[in-house]
Formats: sequence, structure tokens, C-alpha cells
Amino acid sequence: MTETLTIERTKEKRDVTGRKPVRHRKRAKRPVWEEPPTAAGQTAKGLTLGVVVAVVLVPLWIIVVTSLSTQAAVNRAGGLVIWPTDVTFEAYRVMLGDSTVRNALLVSLGITAVGTAVSMVVSILCAYGLSRSGSVAHRFILVLLILTMFVSGGLIPTFLVVTELGGYGQWWALILPGAVSVFNILVLRAFYSDTSTDLIEAARIDGAGDWRILWSIVLPTSRAVTAVIALFYGVGYWNSFFNVMLYMPTDSEKWPLQYVLLTYVNRGNGLPGSVNSGFGSQFSQTAPLSLQMAVVVLTIVPLLLVYPFMQKHFRTGVLTGAVKG
Amino acid sequence: MSSVSTEPPARKNKLSLRVRLRRDRSLLLMTVPAVALLLVFNYVPLFGLLTAFQDYNPLVGVWNSEWVGFDQFVTLFGDSLFWGSLTNTLYLSFVQLILFFPIPIALALLLNSVLSERLRNFIQSIAYLPHFFSWVLAITIFQQMFGGAGLLNQFLRSNDMSTWDIMTNPDTFVLLITSQAIWKEAGWSIIVFLAALAAINTDLYESSAVDGAGRWRRLWHITLPGMSGVIMLMLVLRLGNALTVGFEQFLIQREAVGHEAADVLDTFAFYYGIATNNYSYGAAAGLFKSVISLLLIWGANKLAHAFGEDGLYRK
Repeated sequence: MTETLTIERTKEKRDVTGRKPVRHRKRAKRPVWEEPPTAAGQTAKGLTLGVVVAVVLVPLWIIVVTSLSTQAAVNRAGGLVIWPTDVTFEAYRVMLGDSTVRNALLVSLGITAVGTAVSMVVSILCAYGLSRSGSVAHRFILVLLILTMFVSGGLIPTFLVVTELGGYGQWWALILPGAVSVFNILVLRAFYSDTSTDLIEAARIDGAGDWRILWSIVLPTSRAVTAVIALFYGVGYWNSFFNVMLYMPTDSEKWPLQYVLLTYVNRGNGLPGSVNSGFGSQFSQTAPLSLQMAVVVLTIVPLLLVYPFMQKHFRTGVLTGAVKG
Repeated sequence: MSSVSTEPPARKNKLSLRVRLRRDRSLLLMTVPAVALLLVFNYVPLFGLLTAFQDYNPLVGVWNSEWVGFDQFVTLFGDSLFWGSLTNTLYLSFVQLILFFPIPIALALLLNSVLSERLRNFIQSIAYLPHFFSWVLAITIFQQMFGGAGLLNQFLRSNDMSTWDIMTNPDTFVLLITSQAIWKEAGWSIIVFLAALAAINTDLYESSAVDGAGRWRRLWHITLPGMSGVIMLMLVLRLGNALTVGFEQFLIQREAVGHEAADVLDTFAFYYGIATNNYSYGAAAGLFKSVISLLLIWGANKLAHAFGEDGLYRK
């Protein structure tokens, strides 16, 4: 069971510094043996792919435009605004002036930063610790890890363990129970196992221990996979809301942004605590649509900021071999 | 950084355990945090499943709660809400299998035929994006587009047509759930199929084209056989996970469509266990699901072996 997962290293060869060799963009060319496409086929293909792109981009566009619209524009459109007429940042000013939203933003950023750091340190160490073939007990530990992917206590026993450890209402309850993803460890481990053995043995002869090897050789040569795994963890923390519901449902001071989005935009309720802020009236009643959409945008922006940088790393093939083909 | 060891490079298993332990102590130490976390939050809860055979009382804890044997399961199997959740789960799983499963395969084929690498990468980045959205966000977007006050009804109203709210209609909830799942995850699911396509030897296409095989024949005789391994594997995985249809998606929308349509096995333990302080009952439902799921995974694995696949692996 343990070795059914093989993750291939990227097809592109990388040198020790982790840099990819320079590749020249080739002009796309149809192979000579392939028959020229039919007009109908091309149109159908274009349309389908156009729809795929549109169903993602159009809603996002409308949400952004509405968040930038004045109340008058929203009234004129009868709701969501499709084309920007008079652009204003008023909704964002009001939103960031609200103490509950500001607080939630800080909470989300904090949980994401601390959680990702904890998860990455724990995962990288464990992945390297298991990546040297022939080391003591590494098979046993590997099986111990993989078993958790198939059997779990489930929701209630986990909840009971966390509460019996005093986690109710505590920050660590939002991070530690899900801090380790065995899947991510296995991906990292597969990459570390492939790190040039010659390089490692040379370093060992020079007197480097495992900590040193991990830090100076293995980590620098696997930057891409590290970045992608960090993105996976980070997105997980940024998006989490159920554990808040479970462990601190009444404490609006500790709500992350996703919970504010759920309460305030999805459910359309007012936010507790906003009543006393200067903009309380707007947040505690059914709020202007532009303000609601500004909250939606706020939850997407951090993702869009890191996404383009990660995009090129997806392509280096982390997932290419995630399933044995 | 401190423990710089000077052991020889060879790591042979012939050495005595003590020597190997000394040699690998840093490696073992590195695994400690992860193993400790998994022990506390994954293995200890396994013992917590014992509460399914108790009448758990939070005030006295697991050790002092009363043992009731299979009483919780007897109640569970007589509970129409439980059967409702199970039926919903299986129904949703089936519908998703039919409607969702073929889409990433088709998209991967389509995308693979796009010649321009730049365009292909662009479409891929856009298609992957919703995978990284939270369910709260995805459902909020659906609500803004199709909800009572959403874009669709805004358009219908302004044209004096009758409004149509799919977000609160329990009868069409299955389709809503499936389209949300497709919107959020179909793009991301392309990855494995694209990988399978990339692994097909392009010489095969060339030589068959030279031999006169047309586009559809090549698709049927080269592309599909080349992908069949991954398709079969994905299918078997889906069958093994038939009792898992998602959690947050239902949690968030239950209020809008009502519990008859939105209760599934995963949320059952939450609503009839934690939310009502009926922990043992919820744990019993959870244990039932875990046991059946394990059997399904085992069965699916057998099926994979029967089809000559290596077996499976899934988070």
C-alpha cells in the first residue's frame, strides 16, 4: 500500500541551484501528419473553452464592479452592476473602517501565517526524516502516517479530544488538529528522496549532518515544491471556517474573514460588535450591496496576489505524477 | 543545526540497531512533531470512537460514562432522519458520478488539442482558480448569480418574467450541489487527465496517421486506451468515496433548503451529535460511515486489481 503513490519529479531537468534551464518559447505548430481542423470543430472548441473561462471570470468581474459602484448605480441596475459607470472606493473605505471586518482580516492573516509556518516546519522535517532510504524505523513511521488517511475517528471523537485538551475557544484549536497533511508530506518526501545522492554524500563526507543537508542542499533544490505545498496549506487555513464554528462560535472577536463572509454576505445578517463602531448602522442592517461585494473581494484578493507566482510552479509538475498513470 | 554528525555515508542495514539509532537520531527527531500531532489528533480520536458504545456525558468524560453496548446503533437504524441522510448521500454521489465525472476528461481532451502553449496555460490557470476558493465564497458567488436577489432574477424581473430561485428550492438542490461542485472542482480535476495525456507517446499518433487513421480513430484507439488507467483509477476512487459528498457545502446551505434535502451522512454527526450535545449518537453515525467507507475503499481496491491497476491511494 505504501508505495502505490509515485510522484515523478518534474520533467524539466534542474541544476543544483534549482533554476530551470532557459527554454525558448517555440511557436505552436501543427504536426505535418495531422489533418487541418474543420471550421465547425474549431468554433465548437473555442466556444466551449470560452465558456469555461467565462463562468469563472464573469462572476468575479461583476462582483468587483459592483463593489466599486455607488448606491445610485446599484439602484439603477436593480442589483449587481455589470459595467462600471461611476467608480468609487467608498465601500472599501467603510469596510476597512469597520472594527469587526478589520479584526477578522487580522485574524485570517494571523491564522494563515502562523498555521502555514507550523505546518511547513512540521511537514518539511518529517518529509526529510523519512526520505533517506534505509534509515531506522522509517517504514514503520510511514505506515503510521498513511494509515491516518484511511481510518479516522471522525468529527465527534476529534471534537471531544480537542475540547478535553482545553481547546474550546483557543487559537491552537484552529491550527493544530489539522496542521499535518499526510498527503503533503508524501509529496515533499517524494521530491526529497530524489535529491541527488552524490551531492548529499559529498556533503556528508565534508562533515555535514542531516540538519545541515536539509537546510543547505535539499531545501534549496526543491523550492518549487515547497512553494506549492505552502500554497496548499495557506489556502486551507485562509478558507477554513468550520473549525471556528466548532470551537469558537460565540466569540466574534476571533472570527476569521470567511465567517464574516458567511454571516454578513451569505446569510445577510448584521455583524455583532459592529453596532458600536462608527459605521455600525451599515453593517448591522441589511447592508448596501457594494459593501457586501467589497467583503467578497477582500476574501479573494490575498489568493489573487500569490496565485500568479504559484501558477508557474504548478507547471513544474508537482501534481503531474500525483496519480500513477 | 547543532548536531553535525560525522558518520560514514554508507547506510547499511547490517549495522546493529544501536549504531543505526545513533546514526539516524536526527532523522528520527525530525519526524517527532508530525508523529506527535497525528497521534494526538488522529490516533487518540480512534479510541474516542468507543463513545459510540456509551451514553457519553461530557461532565464525567469518556472513562466514567455509562456503557450501553449497541443501543446507539439500534436508535440510529430506527431513525428516519438517519435513513434520509444516507439516501441523500447515495443519491448525490450517483448524480455527481454521472454529471461531474465525464466533464474533466472531456475538458482535458479539449485542452490538450489546443496548440498554443500560452493559451493552454492561460485557460488552465483560470480553470484551476475556483479550486482555491472556500465553499463560503463559492456559494456566495452562486447566490449572487442565481439567488433570489441575484443576477439571473434581476434580469428576469427587469423583463417582467417570473423569478426563479434555485438557491432555496429543495427539489432542485441535487442539481445545485452538483453544478457548484463542477464549477469549483472540475477544472482542478483536469490535472491528472492532462498528465495521462502528456504521457502518451506522440509517435503512436504520427504512425497511425500515416497509416490512414483519422482523428476519431486516433482518439478511440490511442488516446482513450492511453487514459484508461487513470480514468479507471479515478472512477474506482469515486466509488470508494461514495459516502463522502462534502461537508461545508451542505452545512452552509442547509438553512436555505431545509434539512430534508441538505442532510448527508457527514453533516448528520454534526447536527444530531454535537449541536444537540448527543455526542454518542453522532459518534455512532460517524463510526457507521467510517466502517462502510473502509469496506467500499477495500472493495474498490479489489476492483482496481481486477482491472489490472496497481491499486489506489487517496487522501
